[in-house]
Amino acid sequence: MISSIFSQLFQTLLIVVLAPLLLGWVNQCRAWLQNRRGAGVLQPYRVLHKLFHKDAVLADNASSLFRTAPYIQFACMVLVASIVPIVATDLPFAAAADVIALVGLFALARLFAALAAMDVGTAFGSMGARREMLVASLAEPALLMILFTPALIAHSTSLTTIVEALAHREVVLYPSLAFAAVAFAMVALAENARIPVDNPATHLELTMIHEAMILEYSARHLALIEWASAIKLSNYSAIGIALFLPWGIAGAGDWSGVPLALAVLFVKLLLGGAGLALLETLSAKLRIFRAPEFLGTAFLLAVLGMLMLEL
Amino acid sequence: MATFTGQLINFLAALLLLIAFAMLSQRRILSLIHLFAWQGFVLALSTTVVAYSTGQPHLYYSAFLTLMLKAFLLPWILHRLIIRLNIKWDVETMINVPTTMLVGIALVIFAFNLAAPISQLADTITRSTLGIAMASVLLSFLMMITRHKAVAQVVGFLAMENGLFFAATSATYGMPMVVELGIALDVLVGTFIFGIFFFQIRETFDSLDIKNLEKLKED
Repeated sequence: MISSIFSQLFQTLLIVVLAPLLLGWVNQCRAWLQNRRGAGVLQPYRVLHKLFHKDAVLADNASSLFRTAPYIQFACMVLVASIVPIVATDLPFAAAADVIALVGLFALARLFAALAAMDVGTAFGSMGARREMLVASLAEPALLMILFTPALIAHSTSLTTIVEALAHREVVLYPSLAFAAVAFAMVALAENARIPVDNPATHLELTMIHEAMILEYSARHLALIEWASAIKLSNYSAIGIALFLPWGIAGAGDWSGVPLALAVLFVKLLLGGAGLALLETLSAKLRIFRAPEFLGTAFLLAVLGMLMLEL
Repeated sequence: MATFTGQLINFLAALLLLIAFAMLSQRRILSLIHLFAWQGFVLALSTTVVAYSTGQPHLYYSAFLTLMLKAFLLPWILHRLIIRLNIKWDVETMINVPTTMLVGIALVIFAFNLAAPISQLADTITRSTLGIAMASVLLSFLMMITRHKAVAQVVGFLAMENGLFFAATSATYGMPMVVELGIALDVLVGTFIFGIFFFQIRETFDSLDIKNLEKLKED
């Protein structure tokens, strides 16, 4: 009992503390690929440190919703981080929510981000909220369909059970899992405001989605939002690893497997981050009106994957 | 071993279906022809795997025939044609792409349900891929329906032949060699005739849009 609580705390803290590091690694890789020197992998921590030490400036007509929304977003992401098994499947908290509730938690965080963006009443805020909701309304069904494919294979919607079922048995080729993995990569790009759908590095009104929503925030609120989006990226990587690359994650009560699992996780995240940076460097940003087509393709792949299971 | 080759065939079948969808969503004729060549390649590969796992030597010949004809020769002829006709960048679909894709999903579900009772009766290693074969036939059919221009329709027709060939391999381990050779020759000759037709259609109407064929002329 004590050991499982310790395992739970350790895994949650691991994701929350290391999330900015993953973001820094992706940015650094992207800088290298673009022949720039980059700001170093620790830059997100420096940004967070700077933001936490500034005085917050709020608009005159900002309501309490505007002030609480960053905390809710951060809490949602931490909660998700404590549900996804990433080092060991020994997670007492995972029983609280399955993959469907996970999608709900992401939706809750996004809902508050959009509401807060419209709260002050600036043009940019509501534009960003509208665009975010357009992307989300298309990404969410696709994400659900993707999650159903491994859930059907493992006969359970609980992430720890899926990992146990997929990781600890002989290798079987599942075409449907391959389809779901490609679809998941597309949805993860859209949901984390990465390049084919949104560009996290610009402040151009034509292109920005996520950035437009948080323009009114400053200091600790902004820091929490930035941190939450870093954790979101780590969460998506963790879900991807748990569903499609679960090899190496230690089983329940298997303490000897934990150091190996940590090393494997580290390698997976390094490779995943580098892959994301490569993808972002190679692809151009889509027009916002092409985003439905992009996410429609993800949905199609997910549905095909599910259908393929019946054969 | 048998299970692994079975899984490999399933995987290639899934790839075939994916290529069929990619063709359906393609806007440019040049990429359409590239996808058609890839489909032929995957088809030849899966036929080889079936030949290996069932020990049927005549399937090796038909795999080789497929590779030569559908992965190299036909795409090459089509490629030459579109360069001569100068229509590399044609953009044309009747309904928009996302709608076509949704119709495509409905077709796949229909084909899978249709194939389910048949594949339960079969005892071949490839029985589960019959649904995919039927789905790719239907998807190619859909592609023929939703395109304006003659070249895309011909590619759809050839892709449909690919689907039928795959259905034959998955249901009965291929047709007799005589039938297969006959079909291969028919497809080749058909493509040549289509090529001549393309030039005739364009000569008469200044366009390859087959809507023009609906206008009747008295003189």
